[in-house]
Amino acid sequence: MTAAPHPTYEVVIGLEVHVHLRTESKLFSPAPVRYGEPPNHAVHPIDLGLPGVLPVLNRKAVELGIRAALATHCEVHARSVFARKNYFYPDLPKGYQISQYEDPLATGGWLEIDVPAASAADDAYVTRIGLTRIHIEEDAGKSIHDAAVAGADRSHVDLNRAGVPLLEIVSEPDLRSPAEAGAYLRTLQHLLRYAGVSDADMERGQFRCDANLSLRRHGATELGTRTELKNLNSFRFVEEALAAETVRQAGLLDAGRDIQQCTLSYDPERHATRVMRVKENADDYRYFPDPDLIALHVDAAEIDAVRRALPELPEQKRARWQTGYELSDYDARQLAESRALADFFEAVVAELGGGARAAKSAANWIQRDVRAALGERGVEIETTRLEASALARLIALVEGGRVTAQSARPLVAELLDHGGDPEALVRARGLEAVSDTGALEAAADAVIAAHPEVVEQVRGGEAKGLNFLMGQIMKRTQGKASPGAAREVLQRRLRGA
Amino acid sequence: MGRIDRAEVERIAELACLELAPDEAERMAAELAAILGYVEQLAALDTDDIEPTDHALPLATPFRDDRAEPPLAPERALANAPERDGFAFVVPRVLDEDES
Repeated sequence: MTAAPHPTYEVVIGLEVHVHLRTESKLFSPAPVRYGEPPNHAVHPIDLGLPGVLPVLNRKAVELGIRAALATHCEVHARSVFARKNYFYPDLPKGYQISQYEDPLATGGWLEIDVPAASAADDAYVTRIGLTRIHIEEDAGKSIHDAAVAGADRSHVDLNRAGVPLLEIVSEPDLRSPAEAGAYLRTLQHLLRYAGVSDADMERGQFRCDANLSLRRHGATELGTRTELKNLNSFRFVEEALAAETVRQAGLLDAGRDIQQCTLSYDPERHATRVMRVKENADDYRYFPDPDLIALHVDAAEIDAVRRALPELPEQKRARWQTGYELSDYDARQLAESRALADFFEAVVAELGGGARAAKSAANWIQRDVRAALGERGVEIETTRLEASALARLIALVEGGRVTAQSARPLVAELLDHGGDPEALVRARGLEAVSDTGALEAAADAVIAAHPEVVEQVRGGEAKGLNFLMGQIMKRTQGKASPGAAREVLQRRLRGA
Repeated sequence: MGRIDRAEVERIAELACLELAPDEAERMAAELAAILGYVEQLAALDTDDIEPTDHALPLATPFRDDRAEPPLAPERALANAPERDGFAFVVPRVLDEDES
């Protein structure tokens, strides 16, 4: 799906991500944070903006914000200020959103991303994307415009989400393709889950993305006029929308026209972006410091305490595995990508007795078979029935010569779907490796008889014929011939012994 | 500091979703200008070496612990709703154009 670079224009993308923080209660009120409740079942007078209420800041939300900032190499500011962002919308009962504006919690970090190869002719690469800022704000409620629910001339308002703590994470315009944008979002999502900052579930609205895109001629240094894509609710749509917007802007520029600053939405059915509104003058939200809240002060000791409590993050895991387990950079990156997969890998290594050799086996099986099966099903490891101990036992069966790798590999998908005990599965399927000399001799003799010309070549010293004959033995035994034993028997029979 | 004239009053009124009669806009421009002029006397003071004060009270950030309390009973939450449907507030249809 990833498009090749545009021949004329360089694509410049910046992303704004909003994530729900993993708290029990809201940012400024003690109402619970709940999903899937009936409307207005998780609200407090503070969330409703009733007269006389005062917001009180949730300590945990600040801690999680600092965690996110540290995990992305941002500088956490000793002083940040909550401001009122004023606008009118029915799901914002106060008439303003409490956010941070001139003095955000943190600024100036970066995220390293792995960008997959765009095609077979390209290479995957690693690049670093700058973060402009991270600030804390409250979420608004939800408006339901669906005419089937609200009627043609009405909208419904549900304030369960009003006041849920959010982080807004703003990237520099450092992304150069839709694929980089997708990689950035996946990396950020995994990292926030790792650090326990957010569950970052897009379907629950816990991880939302707006994107800015502009084009400029290759080699130009000034940025072009940008447009903003809003409410992109899946990673695939983000990439598709950015590709579609690139085409739209390039068409205008090619025709000698200007890009107008505007907000667009993406229509996945038409594969096209659509202008929602044109920005006449920059949005005027009349920000000012919220007089109900004093500045947020965070001292160095608090930041240190949060830093010490951070779990091991992907980059640290990678470094540890590369030195301790001698994993390749590639394997280490892929295995560390999600916390669940990293934990699974480490559990398999431990089950196999630990150490570099166990790690190499575990990495091979996970990279080759487990990830392929996950990819085919479009699922993550934690939602499958594959237990680390089961994969370890399967690997041990192969390494102990009880079953060949060829026979064992299809069992990975089976364990993933249904769970179970690998040893019982091997027995039930009759997959035990054939190392019985009689059976192997019979197979070898049959192969030798069937391919006299190859046998001649091998006897004449051509080694590659031997692999062909081995392959034929495997075929005859349905992949169950234990390779070591079969090779020995074949060589013996070739010598006429 | 920008002067408050009639055009500025009209712009602010629009942002605040207020409808002003023409004579109101004129009157408010004069009144707001007078108020701001009064406050502007402060600009005469030399504050170059003074740290900006974010608040009049020398307080540390007050926090609450992350503990959820029972929410409002939905009936009470909706008690002032001009219109409702089930547990939802109902408002005249609005276009979904801004969310963050």
